[in-house]
Amino acid sequence: MLLFPESISPRSPRFIAVAALLVVLAIVPPIAANAGGPFYVTLALRILVFALAAASLNLLLGYAGLVSFGHALYLGIGAYVVAILSFHGVTNGWLHLGVALALSAIIAFLTGLVCLRTSGIAFIMITLAFAQMFFFLATSLKYYGGDDGLAVARRSDFEPLFSIQSNTGLYYVTVVVLVATLYLSWRLVHSRLGRVLRGASSNVRRMEALGFPVLRYRLAAYVMAGCVCGFAGLLLGNLARFASPAYMAWTVSGDLIVMIILGGVATIVGPLIGAIVYVILETIIAAYTQHWMVVLGPIILLVALFAKRGIYGSFLAWERRIDFAR
Amino acid sequence: MTAAILSIRGLAKRFGANVVSGNIDLDLVTNEVHAVIGPNGAGKTTLINQVIGELTPDAGTIYFDGRDITALPVYQRSLLGLSRSYQITSVFPGFTALENVSIAAQGHDGHSFGVWHPAAREETLTAASLASLQQVGLAEKAYCLASELAHGERRQLELAMALVSKSKVLLLDEPMAGMGRRESESMVQLLSMLKGQYTMLLIEHDMDAVFALADRISVLVYGKIIATGSPSEIRNSPEVRKAYLGESYASA
Amino acid sequence: MTWSLFFVQALNGLQYGVLLFLLAAGLTLVFGIMNFVNLAHGSFYMLGAYLGAAVYSASGSFVLAGVAAVTGALVIGVAIERTTLIAFYARDHLYQVLATVGLILFFNEIARILWGSSAIYMRAPQAFTGAISLMGILYPSYRFLVIAVGLAVAVGLYVLIHHTRIGMLTRAGATNLRLVSVLGINIRLLNTALFGLGAALAGLAGLMAAPILAVQPGMGDNIIVTVLLVIVVGGIGSIRGAFFGALIVGLVDTIGRVYLPILLSHLTERDSADAAGSALASMLIYLFMAVVLAVRPQGLFPMPR
Repeated sequence: MLLFPESISPRSPRFIAVAALLVVLAIVPPIAANAGGPFYVTLALRILVFALAAASLNLLLGYAGLVSFGHALYLGIGAYVVAILSFHGVTNGWLHLGVALALSAIIAFLTGLVCLRTSGIAFIMITLAFAQMFFFLATSLKYYGGDDGLAVARRSDFEPLFSIQSNTGLYYVTVVVLVATLYLSWRLVHSRLGRVLRGASSNVRRMEALGFPVLRYRLAAYVMAGCVCGFAGLLLGNLARFASPAYMAWTVSGDLIVMIILGGVATIVGPLIGAIVYVILETIIAAYTQHWMVVLGPIILLVALFAKRGIYGSFLAWERRIDFAR
Repeated sequence: MTAAILSIRGLAKRFGANVVSGNIDLDLVTNEVHAVIGPNGAGKTTLINQVIGELTPDAGTIYFDGRDITALPVYQRSLLGLSRSYQITSVFPGFTALENVSIAAQGHDGHSFGVWHPAAREETLTAASLASLQQVGLAEKAYCLASELAHGERRQLELAMALVSKSKVLLLDEPMAGMGRRESESMVQLLSMLKGQYTMLLIEHDMDAVFALADRISVLVYGKIIATGSPSEIRNSPEVRKAYLGESYASA
Repeated sequence: MTWSLFFVQALNGLQYGVLLFLLAAGLTLVFGIMNFVNLAHGSFYMLGAYLGAAVYSASGSFVLAGVAAVTGALVIGVAIERTTLIAFYARDHLYQVLATVGLILFFNEIARILWGSSAIYMRAPQAFTGAISLMGILYPSYRFLVIAVGLAVAVGLYVLIHHTRIGMLTRAGATNLRLVSVLGINIRLLNTALFGLGAALAGLAGLMAAPILAVQPGMGDNIIVTVLLVIVVGGIGSIRGAFFGALIVGLVDTIGRVYLPILLSHLTERDSADAAGSALASMLIYLFMAVVLAVRPQGLFPMPR
């Protein structure tokens, strides 16, 4: 089927698993309505928004080998665009989206130009530093709430095409955006650009000697990832009806990285699985104790120590093994 | 006298007090196989690194096909027709042999900003890659992961990657490194088939291979070229014998 | 814009820079040898501050508090390194960073459990609560003490690195680790020693900072990013880079925060100038870092490799 960039049998475990996941995603709101109401839709929305952000980071971290530790910056950008424009009476959703994407692209381009000239630990540190810079910038914007953040006066208005004023509406829009992103990421990974990124992740020197101006391609990926995360930020701002500098704290970038590793680095579906597990885990532990960080901290440590392929990655490895056995 | 396709003039590089390249002059004539030999640590790999642009010389100029490429970045030199293989195998372990060569072909086939179409389905890239794999005798292993190939096969893959982009000049850094006798002989056969179609700068320690393949030989000792000439001239040169005093010509 | 204001702010910048140096030195040493970045370094800073504050309020002796902070941080640091971090030396930077993030969250919460969420304020020791007079200008004597202690540590580190056997091994290990280990030196022990030294310095920094800043959970989180910036600007792995980088960043940040709003309000008469000035001031060191890296990606005083 030309819809898929690689050949997958409809009977393979992978196909079935992903199809099941999509079905579950589609039926959450009606089930939640029966089971216990709006809390579950909000929870699911949080999971999906972070899954989107993590998926955008996975392109850089998993496939291109670029460990960006400041990706949460774009979550903040998206949320603040919604809050600030709404504050000034501008509620047109398409305008919100356009500005969020444009701003994310510009900032990603400028910071990328500096970061991508470095590698290894320097790259990690510099991406962290830039995110911190915007964190401080946001806290110093006293007019827009500063440290306390800014409430979103009215959600982005996408009518008459669709409405995200209700959580259910927002939920389905988020599902569509997430699924589209995962699909396009899948295509990108197998495309020419995907090959360049994956090859460069393995050996930059070699890629240059083969005729590829690697920086250019990495910058393109960096900008794309920033834009998608900016979109996630817009959705987050709408979900929480709030924009806060806390969205850009580097601990949030750390959360995204944990989700990716937990779910499976360099897999398309991994970030979604990781987001589901991590957010649910966090919610359960928080319900037991207000000091849930004391438990989550060591869990992150254990994930870093033991999770080599992640949940979905291990599933794919198992699938390959049974394939060989046939 | 046929024109030199690659000319190195006054190339100099030092690391601290260590002179790695000392005022090197070298000409590469079109379609010749020019071997560079010398004791370990003579600066042979550093020479290739400077020609391809991975290392910046302290002084000197490099001319390729008539133009001064000394200031050009690596990828542009590659696009002009200069390609190299590495002494330490640098294939991409996570990709198949075919994908490795296909990536090499992709580098010289326009831009790579495509984000939609699967590269594996590009007929021209795949066809060219299979042809190169065929050329080096690796066609059967096209769909094996590069990490699963034997050492000698990986060296062959390196060569296929250098060939697929139809380069004008191949800079080969010890293509037979780490190979056993039989593998070395296959590689020599392969390279002699390519002789006359490609210009090659060949760095090698294997003297049998060097004397079988080279049209001309330059001898590099402590960063300086002490002799350049035909194989028989070099074999009989007293300076060269002195430089190799204590070393034998027997190959591994 | 008076000279006395500038002089005082320059001294403040120096004091901040010296604090950054105490933190940067340990971090860059460990990174230079083991290629391991420890973001949890900020936790040693925090623990040093808490331990110091606790001992000071119990005993009234600043010196005792200092000993507690330094040894406490040292012991905890070595314990963490030996039990947890050692498993990550062979791993990718990604996993190292992730592991240390987990540690940071854990320590912050431990601090919250033991000492509560609200900030603790510690007073400067009795002997240093006044001001001294420098060239006719009054400057808080405690801050001057911080500068003095920091410079003393810098001198001590210089002597250690350049005039002792351990220092020589450190310098050798930073350039060629395999060679040093082949010579029979116990690299693990060397690294633990360096790590312990770094943690101790961080603890000292925490104690010295306590009377100036507030002691609270997470106090290490923000300063550690500045420390990373210092190391990147100075040159990763280089103590000299850490020293000069720290001083430069300290001065740029402090002077920038004071003078940028003033400068902007001179240029435009509007209210927003003050807000814009402070916003720009908070971004200043990052812009500075970007400029340095654009011109010299390896930092100002990189280690020769």
